[in-house]
Amino acid sequence: MVNFILLILIYTGIYALMAIGQNLITGYVGLLSLTQAGFFAIGSYATAILSTTFGWSFWATIPAAIILSGLFGLLIGLPTLRLKGDYLAIATLGFGEIVRNILNNWDSLTNGPMGIQRIPMVTLFSMRVNPYTKWGFIVMVWVIVLIAYLLFERLAKSRIGRALEAIREDEIASSSMGINTTSYKVWAFVLGAAVAGVAGSLQAVFILSVTPGAFTFMVSIMVLCMVVLGGMGNFKAVILGAFLIQFISYFPQLVGLSNVIPPQFKQVLFGFILVVMMIWRPQGILGREQRSAPRRFLSRRGRS
Amino acid sequence: MGSIAEFFQHLMNGMTLGGIYALIALGYTMVYGILKFINFAHGDILMIGSYLGLFTFNLIRGQTLGPWTLVAFFIAMIAGMIFSAGLGMIIERVAYKPLRKATRLAPLLSAIGVSFILSNMAAWMWGTRSRKLEYPFDNTPLHIGGVSITPHQILILIVVVVMMISLKLFVDRSRVGKAMRATSLDQDTAKLMGIEADKIISITFAIGSALAATAGFLIALEIKVYPSMGTMTGLKAFVAAVVGGIGNISGAMLGGILLGLLETFGVALLGIPYGLRDTIAFVALILILLLKPEGLLGKVEKEKV
Amino acid sequence: MILLETTKLTRAYGGVIAVSEVDFQVREGLITGLIGPNGAGKTTLFNNMTGLDTPTGGKVHYKGVDITNKSANKICRMGIARTFQNIRLFKELSVLENVMVGLHFTTGKSPTAGRFGAVLRSYLRVREEYEEMHEKAMKWLDFFNLVPLAHELAKNLPYGHQRELEIARAMATSPQILFLDEPAAGMNPMETDSLMRTIRRIRDLGITVVLIEHDMKLVMNICDTITVLNYGQNIAQGTPAEIRNNPKVIEAYLGKEEA
Repeated sequence: MVNFILLILIYTGIYALMAIGQNLITGYVGLLSLTQAGFFAIGSYATAILSTTFGWSFWATIPAAIILSGLFGLLIGLPTLRLKGDYLAIATLGFGEIVRNILNNWDSLTNGPMGIQRIPMVTLFSMRVNPYTKWGFIVMVWVIVLIAYLLFERLAKSRIGRALEAIREDEIASSSMGINTTSYKVWAFVLGAAVAGVAGSLQAVFILSVTPGAFTFMVSIMVLCMVVLGGMGNFKAVILGAFLIQFISYFPQLVGLSNVIPPQFKQVLFGFILVVMMIWRPQGILGREQRSAPRRFLSRRGRS
Repeated sequence: MGSIAEFFQHLMNGMTLGGIYALIALGYTMVYGILKFINFAHGDILMIGSYLGLFTFNLIRGQTLGPWTLVAFFIAMIAGMIFSAGLGMIIERVAYKPLRKATRLAPLLSAIGVSFILSNMAAWMWGTRSRKLEYPFDNTPLHIGGVSITPHQILILIVVVVMMISLKLFVDRSRVGKAMRATSLDQDTAKLMGIEADKIISITFAIGSALAATAGFLIALEIKVYPSMGTMTGLKAFVAAVVGGIGNISGAMLGGILLGLLETFGVALLGIPYGLRDTIAFVALILILLLKPEGLLGKVEKEKV
Repeated sequence: MILLETTKLTRAYGGVIAVSEVDFQVREGLITGLIGPNGAGKTTLFNNMTGLDTPTGGKVHYKGVDITNKSANKICRMGIARTFQNIRLFKELSVLENVMVGLHFTTGKSPTAGRFGAVLRSYLRVREEYEEMHEKAMKWLDFFNLVPLAHELAKNLPYGHQRELEIARAMATSPQILFLDEPAAGMNPMETDSLMRTIRRIRDLGITVVLIEHDMKLVMNICDTITVLNYGQNIAQGTPAEIRNNPKVIEAYLGKEEA
């Protein structure tokens, strides 16, 4: 039982990273992108291939994962981000599937459907971070989540974050106020991709193997659910959403009913969450950050 | 490349595949035309229709292969169409209508949710193993001048052509068709002219879903019936709709045929491995979005400032 | 001095010619009015001058530079700002934040590495930038008497204030030319008077104003020069007095006198 709780915490952390990225793209810029599975896969495979074939240490593969995912984010973002939301969703979903297809078929690089096994464990200060004992891993994952949270939260509160929200609200008006909307949209997309890549790296050194089957668009949907459930535009909320979705995911095992409840149950539930949340509470459980939050900045000087 | 015969063989295969895509694409395009909304769950609706058609067929067809089998097949197909139409209308009422005035994102997310619900409920109720839909006739291929055509392909072509012509006539000539066109151009004004937009929207969903169910049922003979059959095929049909020009009925037909031909010739001529066949559709999508995003037959829609 | 001018500007949509070979000048320091019956092509002309639409013929020059094919955001950065006929505020953002978006591209200039450096600097100086933008934005809100509403969401504002906010946001971009598209639409006489005063105050700041309007009282009162469009063509330009008595203008609005 405790084991499952620890497992949930680890997966919450890994998925929280993707949810943070998704929050920037969907919550702040308002783009419906379903790519996270694709970048997740790229990050995972980057770490897998670099550490098994080339003997890189995990920590060296992280920048590689970031750059690679970011690069693909740029490649995919540039053509698709010109499009209206509906097309973007399908295009990005398609991209994720293309990635999975390629990973499945490029045997020489990725070992095809069997994937890459026996990925070396992470070593930190000459200690091995053993995913089986979990505690060390939880700390490592959540430190990374904290870093990502702080970085993204700061971006959102800055002038850039405001510009992103303006783009979401009205792209034409934003453009007329001097904001290069395409550029900003692509950048948000790239950042979201990069952080999903990091999540992928973590996944690789947790499961210690990667297979294409782990990166279906189900992952993208789950991440989307996390953002929708928790609250779009609110980084703390999406982390909560990540926890809730993972909890639902593992609930049958948690209460020992995994024989009775079929695996499709949680997926049907996710579907319902999406529909119901949109109709009943589209802002999510926690909703957006309050607009009065900026007053925090002026507490030293007092309000002008 | 081989001979003329080979070319016509691929042409034949491509056109039948394309016809299937076209029928499904029509559903997407009609709904988009009228609501400016992409129904992600379209493919899954056709999947449910195919399952229900399959059950109906197995129920009524009897033991031996005879003329009744073919009749039973058509009855089952129509049953599937009716089920899909009904399902489409219910989904529209429950999951999309409440969100008509919401943000752009909300109905899309809802549609994704519906898609998820449908495909997983199907897997839950009917298992993930694919089920065979028996041919209601002897499917030995005919050979005409070096090209082999199966009766299945002939059936597909006939049904597709009949459906397309019927739809074109319906939309162009009938009163309801005119109402559909009016509503898709300007919903508010259409309402002011006395058109019950809600009813028209329901009808649109019904027709689109029924057409897709036909396609699903026809192609199930070859690819079998399974819970995720709607998702990939639906996705590709969506690409076809976009390539042709989403919102444009002729565009959906053109796009579907084109995609079918691309896939067939791509695999045959360029040696694209079968596993990557699906990628062709997405590459086509990216290309059209880059070169002519409004689609081959679409009109550029400038947002009014 | 002519700040902005179009030369034979044409915008055709297939067979429909919305703007036909229009020569339009905006002189520095003056308030220029652009009037004409509905559908005359006024907003289309605006859109083609501000980068939201691309002309199919003719050219637009701003301070001698050809801006015909430039994008909207580049044109704004060059000093042209605008409001919209249907009000395009950032609805879920507060009044203050709306104006701050207007201040976006003038804030955070980096002495190093152009745009990337600027973004990095903004990232490191979030608090300072916020205070800087807050101060400037508040000044603009004060100019428009919107300070008490600073933290209200834009979508919750009454109509008149929404229009003012849109102008405030445009002003925050430090423009040389301000295009106003029907700023008085839906306003009552009191609000229109207030708007008149506001526009004069803007002109007194040294900003050149161009406005599309249907409210003739406002136009005749405030404009130094007026251009009239009808069916996409420039049919007259001159002082309010000249325009008032121009037979072509009268015909455009009231129709030909029955023989």
